[in-house]
Amino acid sequence: MDWSALFLSLRLAGWTVALLLPISVLFGRLLAYRRFRGKALAEGLIMLPLVLPPTVFGYYLLVVMGRGAPLGEAWYHLFGHPLVFSFEGLVLASVIFNLPFAIQPAQRGFEAVPQDVREAAACCGMSPWRSLLRVELPLAWPGLMTAMVLTFAHTLGEFGIVLMVGGSIPGETRTIAIAIYDRVQAFDYDSAAVMSAVLVGISLFTIGVTYLLSARVGRRLS
Amino acid sequence: MSLTFAAQAVAPIPLDLEFEAKAGEVLALVGHSGSGKTTILRSIAGLWTPSAARVSCAGAKWLDTAGKVNVPTHQRRVGVVFQNYALFPHMTALGNVMSALPSDVRDKAQAAKEWLARVNLPDLADRRPAELSGGQQQRVALARALARAPDVLLLDEPFSAVDRATRDRLHAELLALRADLKMPVILVTHDMAEAQALADRMVVIEKGRVIRQGATAEVMSDPAALRAMGLRDLASMLSARVVKHEEDGLTQLLTATGPIWLPRVKAEVGSSLRVRILAHEVILSRDRPVGLSAQNILPAVVDRIVPGEGPGVVVHLAIGTDEVLARITRRAARDLELAVGQPCHVILKSMSVARDHVRG
Repeated sequence: MDWSALFLSLRLAGWTVALLLPISVLFGRLLAYRRFRGKALAEGLIMLPLVLPPTVFGYYLLVVMGRGAPLGEAWYHLFGHPLVFSFEGLVLASVIFNLPFAIQPAQRGFEAVPQDVREAAACCGMSPWRSLLRVELPLAWPGLMTAMVLTFAHTLGEFGIVLMVGGSIPGETRTIAIAIYDRVQAFDYDSAAVMSAVLVGISLFTIGVTYLLSARVGRRLS
Repeated sequence: MSLTFAAQAVAPIPLDLEFEAKAGEVLALVGHSGSGKTTILRSIAGLWTPSAARVSCAGAKWLDTAGKVNVPTHQRRVGVVFQNYALFPHMTALGNVMSALPSDVRDKAQAAKEWLARVNLPDLADRRPAELSGGQQQRVALARALARAPDVLLLDEPFSAVDRATRDRLHAELLALRADLKMPVILVTHDMAEAQALADRMVVIEKGRVIRQGATAEVMSDPAALRAMGLRDLASMLSARVVKHEEDGLTQLLTATGPIWLPRVKAEVGSSLRVRILAHEVILSRDRPVGLSAQNILPAVVDRIVPGEGPGVVVHLAIGTDEVLARITRRAARDLELAVGQPCHVILKSMSVARDHVRG
């Protein structure tokens, strides 16, 4: 059992969720409430990671994060190490390929807040910020929670993109999914079995908690 | 503390009108659906901005498209009761009211409880909206709108989603409450009887334009305005106080100039109400008649005689401070030699007053 791989995966999933929460609130809300030119295009672009093969996506990320591209070069100058094959690079990749898993459910969550209820919040003197905290977030909460759980579980399981942009550096980019693959390659089926079972357990636990919480929220609102 | 509104817009609904709502008065915006009345309310609240408009309230400029002033909704002191109430479903009744209290209120829970008591809901503070009936939700919505300490109270068809019995009760409660309301109250409705029962003044809107505005009694006695609203029945409101429920199923009420008897009125002895009287059901007599089956004979004074198209005239009669309308033939008016300032008698059949024409 490769504990460091498990912790790395959990750390990666935690960072991804933390970074995607504000992003999904911002964009989910925007897509749910506003009508603007190019909205369909924006929605399509966000869905792109769902349909692109992970290798294709991983390849482009490698290019963008490499020192040949402005982002990779800037990162190297700022922090003194390359973005590719680093934990930070992995977080960035993870945030991008989880965009559809986070923004879509968040958008559905905000769409479930009736327009007149949002207007009532403003008429009650709530600033947009206060209305977000007091009215919209509590009502959009089931969608946001789905978004975060999906992101968390999906990050734990992602394989292709992690391998492409992270490689398999122990303690830095070797996630549990990669570790399982390595063990299987080395015919160490026992370790692979333990790690797979742990991953299944964690996934089941997360999804179970979500269902419980969303059922409670559902009861509270109906 | 009054509100002035002026707007021009082409889409989504054409608007070209202006009006003023004075402090303490209930102004009804009436018109068919699609006439623009809800759009006007939304513009006052800042939920929608017409292409050219001015809104000012209690001396503050809320919107002036020419001067690039557009105060955001949450900074306008508006209290709004939405058509479907728009309560916050995750908060209790108390939480809903508390959320609208101004930030300088010290004991918010106490203040919110007082508002709930004012709308006759003192015991349901801990219920969520889903656990309340339509009428109760409407009361919470009203308490929440008032808790904002608004400079204008906007009611968007607030009684349309409840049954008739609840509606009548809510009307009575609003009338009881309005004596304490210092701000202008703007009521949007398509129900003329509701507007007549609740409003001091009316603005009749059609396709975004004002076709008639004025005191409720005045507008309601204008056959042209009534026609525009698709109404045939000319009617007026007579105020009365319940004196006694008689054993024979009638209720005795006292008006400014005498008693009348109506089929049993569901109201407590001593309570004040308004009776809607259809103009064509009123009979006039110069002298007090005797030996007549009609029980209700009220002394009145002729105020105005308005000839209509065709053979009818509408006689405006003063009974105390109320104005009762009688629709009689031109020939009858001539034979009675009716003239302005002349005393005469208004005769009403008890059974001609429908139950739902009596409002608290």
